[in-house]
Amino acid sequence: MNIFKKTIISVLASLFIIGNVYADKIKIGTEGAYPPWNSKDASGKLIGFEVELAWTLCRYIGQQCEIVEQDWDGMIPALLMRKFDVIMAGMSITDERLKVINFSQGYADEVASLAVMKGSSLEGMNTPEGINLTLGGSSVKKALKTIESALAGKTVCVQTATIHQNFLESGDVGSVNVRTYKTQDEVNLDLASGRCDVALAAAVAFTDYAEKSGKPVVLVGPTFSGGAFGNGVGVGIRKGGSGAIGERDAKLLNDFNKAINLARKNGDISRIATKWFGFDASM
Amino acid sequence: MDFELMINSFPRLLSATIITLKLLSMSLFFGLFIGLFFAVMRMSKNIIINKFAYGYSYVFRGTPLLVQIFIIYFGFGQIEFIRNSILWVILKEPYWCAIIAFALNTGAYTSEILRSAFQTIKKGYIEAGKSLGISSKIIFYKIQIPIAIKQSLPAYGNEIILMLKGTSLASTVTLMDLTGVAKYIISTTFKPIEVFIVAGSIYLFMTFLIHNLIKFLERRYNY
Repeated sequence: MNIFKKTIISVLASLFIIGNVYADKIKIGTEGAYPPWNSKDASGKLIGFEVELAWTLCRYIGQQCEIVEQDWDGMIPALLMRKFDVIMAGMSITDERLKVINFSQGYADEVASLAVMKGSSLEGMNTPEGINLTLGGSSVKKALKTIESALAGKTVCVQTATIHQNFLESGDVGSVNVRTYKTQDEVNLDLASGRCDVALAAAVAFTDYAEKSGKPVVLVGPTFSGGAFGNGVGVGIRKGGSGAIGERDAKLLNDFNKAINLARKNGDISRIATKWFGFDASM
Repeated sequence: MDFELMINSFPRLLSATIITLKLLSMSLFFGLFIGLFFAVMRMSKNIIINKFAYGYSYVFRGTPLLVQIFIIYFGFGQIEFIRNSILWVILKEPYWCAIIAFALNTGAYTSEILRSAFQTIKKGYIEAGKSLGISSKIIFYKIQIPIAIKQSLPAYGNEIILMLKGTSLASTVTLMDLTGVAKYIISTTFKPIEVFIVAGSIYLFMTFLIHNLIKFLERRYNY
């Protein structure tokens, strides 16, 4: 067999093998486009709160890890198809997602907020500073009513498949004209261009954008938590099935919960959170 | 396989197909005029006009449609000058941005298809007409145009099918076309295979219809 044939055969063979080799490295899926949770630096390297936290947790678990990039809208399907083992992508723990996957305990929490460009008619909306949808009560109801009338007839932009989209479509603020984008970057671009009247995302996603781009993006209305906004951000893990692979998934959940406990106790989570968010977003 | 989801998502995908068909027909309509215009320019003896038309088709056929739609949607939206101009009324809407990108893209391909169709008409046909004393206007309408249509039909049919699939990129600029709604359903059910099979089947069925329509027309123009 000549060398040319050999090369072709080994290249073809490797195509089939790469997908199948079961390496006992924990593969962590992240988006790399949701600063400061996870993003990329100028050279394309993954950085951010969750990237640093992931390395810390892996050290506590005592296993090698690899961080894999995945588009946000395919994150859960990719996990279910075993493209990676766990999700750490600023994914909030919600009832809807818990139907499909498991979550570790939460490691961080961050409030959501509406944002507009300076000079918008929505500025100076008269609402409390923050509302918790789980607590409810008359002040929350009143605030939601105020928001409902403020958003009427406006184009509200969100990233697709997020808690923010769920909230806008939940009916809590009436029927809203929602426009969805693949990434938060695109939401920011269209907010700045004026195609979006108002946008909804993690408050820090807007402040981060305003700081980096110098665009006059301002937060309006209350900060949101609870209800459709979930119970903090945790590590997404497949529900353990039967057999060796199922057991591995169950073990992963256990390992991550333990590692988060340790990291919290040793102050790692709040230290890393403060470094990336500018405040302690750990929980 | 979740067959219930497939059945439940079908009506929603079908109503999204209307947007896809609207995008397709609008861009083909404008694209045909753009194509005809540039095909005529390509046949011009004037070197500047000729090279301009050549440059247009070179640029639009040489860059990905996704890049073109991103430049028109996100790119132009960043330019203050455009945002303050009357153009913004149109460019503000994702729907029109998509149609502009699609029409310019299909226009470039159409111009090449039409140009080659006109250029492959054998001189003999025209000379035969002339020797019978038919005026050149009638030769154009009764000989050149029918032959050009017949020549370009197979290639143009291909272009329609390519454009149909190209409209799926409209979902990248927030439009809820067939692909956009499919992605939306997946984002709430987390089941991509089922939904994409249904969406893919709808695309396949539309391709089937277009293919047969072109075949029918080819037979009609077959002398």
